[in-house]
Amino acid sequence: MMTQQIIFIVISFLTLLMAWVVVTNRNLFHAALALMGSFLGVAGLYVLLEAGFLAAAQLLVYIGAISILIIFAIMMTRRLMQTTETPFNSQWALGGVTALVLFAVIVFVILQVWPWQPGAEPFGAAPEVPEAVLQGSVVQLGRALVDVNQYVLPFEVTSVLLLAALIGAIVVAWPERKE
Amino acid sequence: MSFNILEFLRSLVTLTTFDYLRDIWADNMSVETIEFLLDLIGVFTVSTFLLLIVLFLIWLERKVVARIQDRVGPNRVGGRFGLLQTVADVLKLLTKESLMPAGADRLAYNLAPLLTVMAALLMWAVIPFAPDVIGVDLNIGLFYILAVSSASVVTLLLAGWGSNNKYALLGAFRAVAQLVSYEVPMVISLLIPILLARSMYMQELVGAQTVPFFIVAPVSAIIFFISALAETGRTPFDLLEAESEIVAGFHVEYTGMKFGMFFLAEFISTLFMSALFATVFLGGWRFFGLERLETFGRLIGLVVFFIKMFAVYFVFIWIRGTFPRVRVDQMLDLNWKFLVPLSLILLLVVAVVDKLIPVGAGPYFRAGVHLVSNLVVGFSALEILRRRAVREREAHESRLTEATEARDELVVEGAH
Repeated sequence: MMTQQIIFIVISFLTLLMAWVVVTNRNLFHAALALMGSFLGVAGLYVLLEAGFLAAAQLLVYIGAISILIIFAIMMTRRLMQTTETPFNSQWALGGVTALVLFAVIVFVILQVWPWQPGAEPFGAAPEVPEAVLQGSVVQLGRALVDVNQYVLPFEVTSVLLLAALIGAIVVAWPERKE
Repeated sequence: MSFNILEFLRSLVTLTTFDYLRDIWADNMSVETIEFLLDLIGVFTVSTFLLLIVLFLIWLERKVVARIQDRVGPNRVGGRFGLLQTVADVLKLLTKESLMPAGADRLAYNLAPLLTVMAALLMWAVIPFAPDVIGVDLNIGLFYILAVSSASVVTLLLAGWGSNNKYALLGAFRAVAQLVSYEVPMVISLLIPILLARSMYMQELVGAQTVPFFIVAPVSAIIFFISALAETGRTPFDLLEAESEIVAGFHVEYTGMKFGMFFLAEFISTLFMSALFATVFLGGWRFFGLERLETFGRLIGLVVFFIKMFAVYFVFIWIRGTFPRVRVDQMLDLNWKFLVPLSLILLLVVAVVDKLIPVGAGPYFRAGVHLVSNLVVGFSALEILRRRAVREREAHESRLTEATEARDELVVEGAH
């Protein structure tokens, strides 16, 4: 289990480092790239947890779509190579409060399982998952999303939300009719 | 077990080298070390093979396109057939001066070519070359490929932005817009094989093809092929770097081998698209059960897979030699107004038809029903397109006639 722990530490360190670069770097493009690195680190953590589908979805959605959208937005709105910004803006107080609340929530969740029970998983190691469970995990995920007793309601609400966003985009982009 | 050169060669031919090495090393190494070493060997073999086969692919492409256009093609370096032409070209690229434009972003500029090649190689990890010969058989096989290919788009932006050149940046925008758009029909058309095989494991996708999916779902195969052409930026979708019309695109500032690496990645991903098409739609290594033979089954499977892959690759070259380039508005119209709606409707039809077929039906009956429903969807789409084209032509002609009549009247008035 030693290898897994080393990999966990390296990946978490890189993820946090990249996140630090995102909020401190004055070059917006570099910050966006670091954000991608941070997303990649989270995907790595999913792989360590044997959640392959989530990892691939993280790669597809966060790096393949959201980050590219962010980069497009930066490139289209700023003067190209001189994109140095101050890392502070007028909302720093609100942001600080949000961060504090989030931190409190995370501490609360960790305290639920702290201290580790004897015989439980060692630090940073994912539980051993039998191959048979892994094989059916994608099928189970798919069924859970449309199962009445599980996540069908959030799933449908999300699709309505996405549909609204799609229609909104079309309406915004629609050329104005001349009277 | 001790090492025996004859046994080793035998395992090479039957593609069981890894099992043989596992046996030999089992005495004095732990299981983890053995698996780690074998993984390293596998990665090294596959990537070296891919990087080297590009030499052959470039030669093949130049030769075939030359033949199609009634030229001779390379015929000087390396004998009558110019076999060593690409080697000479690579040597030229390697000895060229490596320039970096002033004001370029050092990190992004140098990282982009590396990451492009890495992404192109990463996708081969889940391609099944022969029965049980596969890098990793992930439970999300096809999804992994889509994830990596969509994330690799970022490298184009890195290259375009890092070059500090507005033409490179515009080229990157152009490329990303095309790749992101054509990803949509590609993903949807790949959902259909997943639906038919009820699995995302690449091996199970191959195993489910008693009847190749190209015959079960021809329309989805064609949609995938067209989007693959666009995803690799090949003719008729090579307007990203249209050599004869505009400046090259996102890699305009690159020189020497850094430029060569973009080309390398392009050829590797084209070959990858052929491999993916062969695996998902042509039945991969399957060949009438011959691949299940006792000793040489794996070798036969490998040969069959390569024949299929290169057959698809040949079609890629064939299209390059014969089709003209599309305009940018045609490229976008074809995607958003034709391929995306068609693939969405097709997915719906296939899903419903698949549910309607009784559970006990044999594979051939199932394939027949799917084939018929596919053809109905495909031909009705073409019929709708034809009617629209006719209507547009008639509208255009009537406008022309009106304009001519108006002019004639003016001429008559002028005469008075």
